[in-house]
Amino acid sequence: MNGKPLVSIISAGMSRFGRHDGLLAREIFSEAAHEAFSRCPKLDPKGDIKALFIGHMGEAYEHQGHMGAAAADWAGLTGIPATRTESACASSGAALRAGIYATMSGLADVVMVGGVEKMTHRTTVEVTEYLAMASDFPFEQWHGITFPALFAMMATAHMHKYGTTEKQMAQVAVKNHFHGSLNPKAQMQKEITLEAALSSKCVAWPLKLFDCSLITDGASCIILTKPELASKYTDMPVHIIGSGQASDSIGLYERKSLTSLNATKLAAKTAYEMAKAKPQDIDLAEVHDCFTFAELMAYEDLEFCPVGESGKLIESGETRLGGRIPVNTSGGLKAKGHPVGATGTAQAYEIYLQLTDQAGKRQVKNAKIGLTHNVGGSGATSAVHIYRRDLK
Amino acid sequence: MSQQEPFTIEQFYKFLKQQKLMAGQCIKCGKIHLPPRPLCDNCFSQDFKWINISGKGKLLTYTIICVAPHQFQALTPYAVGIVELENGLKIPGMLQNLTQEQLKIGMKLTLDFGSCNTTQQWPQWQRYCFKTL
Repeated sequence: MNGKPLVSIISAGMSRFGRHDGLLAREIFSEAAHEAFSRCPKLDPKGDIKALFIGHMGEAYEHQGHMGAAAADWAGLTGIPATRTESACASSGAALRAGIYATMSGLADVVMVGGVEKMTHRTTVEVTEYLAMASDFPFEQWHGITFPALFAMMATAHMHKYGTTEKQMAQVAVKNHFHGSLNPKAQMQKEITLEAALSSKCVAWPLKLFDCSLITDGASCIILTKPELASKYTDMPVHIIGSGQASDSIGLYERKSLTSLNATKLAAKTAYEMAKAKPQDIDLAEVHDCFTFAELMAYEDLEFCPVGESGKLIESGETRLGGRIPVNTSGGLKAKGHPVGATGTAQAYEIYLQLTDQAGKRQVKNAKIGLTHNVGGSGATSAVHIYRRDLK
Repeated sequence: MSQQEPFTIEQFYKFLKQQKLMAGQCIKCGKIHLPPRPLCDNCFSQDFKWINISGKGKLLTYTIICVAPHQFQALTPYAVGIVELENGLKIPGMLQNLTQEQLKIGMKLTLDFGSCNTTQQWPQWQRYCFKTL
């Protein structure tokens, strides 16, 4: 039997992911908050929610820091303690972890955690520069090393060591675009061909345009409570049974391995142990496919396959909807989109839908255990969470 | 060699400007830090000495960047990589005048001290690079 619930999710919300011209981040967050409140009529947001943690990566996009207070205000929750968490692309994975700390400490019975980013009003060159801020400045950014370049260097090393191919990476894109075609909130809802992915223009060799996640506006949130209070709010909670977060050196160059993320391995070990679950127990997962190669590396770091065999796993089709362990049924960062601060809790939103049978055309049948994997920077932060369907 | 220089990244780049590649070595546990740091992450000592290290190494991995931030756009496409120096120290940087066909993991490279051709703004650091021996 798996571990005891740490906290329970009683509701969740997510804005449409894509372009939200004319809206500010806080306004997009209102949309996610509204959905979460609407899904849970027994919740009195103003009376019950005692804290907000919100992931938001960059002040540069809107010249707006201090997103904790701004998001609380636009969600109608002014007055509660509201804190922004920043861990690059894992900002809301860290918010979720902070929400678990707050709930389990006993300081807050009901906590809202979420994330938001507004990116599409900026040029690709500007976004490239802002995202690079999540990497080491004095030795990486200063020498022209972009964010895609860091994952590209890991991909090059993996290709050299294990024979992983550009085609296998492209297959991740094809799969995730297929999943995205089944998600009405995804930024990209069209399937792509392997040929189109392989012939797209170079970003940082071996990564091409279709190996990269998207520039996206979006917001997401989930509402947590103590497991013993969940039935007060809903008859279909989802329980979080494992939580791990870990760090690594900010510079990729300082790490022992260039073909795996140690922070993910550490976070996964903690989460699996807490959940009393093994990798084989996971029915579906949302993993951090900021680049197609990152999804392959996640297969290995989360032990969905042996080290060096992630290329074979994507080729097998086992991570596609209908396979042994569907990965990124939402479309992932690749097709659903990657509003960086919102991604961690958007992954939790997808698992919440799946484990309450609300995922529509992309529903994974009989899924009981789900996992989310949210990476910040080139792997200096990783958050892994394990979820279980309510077993009545 | 002065022992009074602070064990900082700023100082690392000042030495580079003097054509010296320097690392900090912890006097207590012996760990070598590149870049130098003021607190040893192994034994928490604050006592270090500077050591001169060779700029010769081998290429561990690389990429060719085609999409770059504004200040590097004119250079695209350009190669960057991570180089392993002696003592197992690793450092990233641009790989000068090397095409994709020439790049091979394991190839021998050496550090070129480069120049600091930046504006008046912070930081005034050298942009070193790596080239073939």
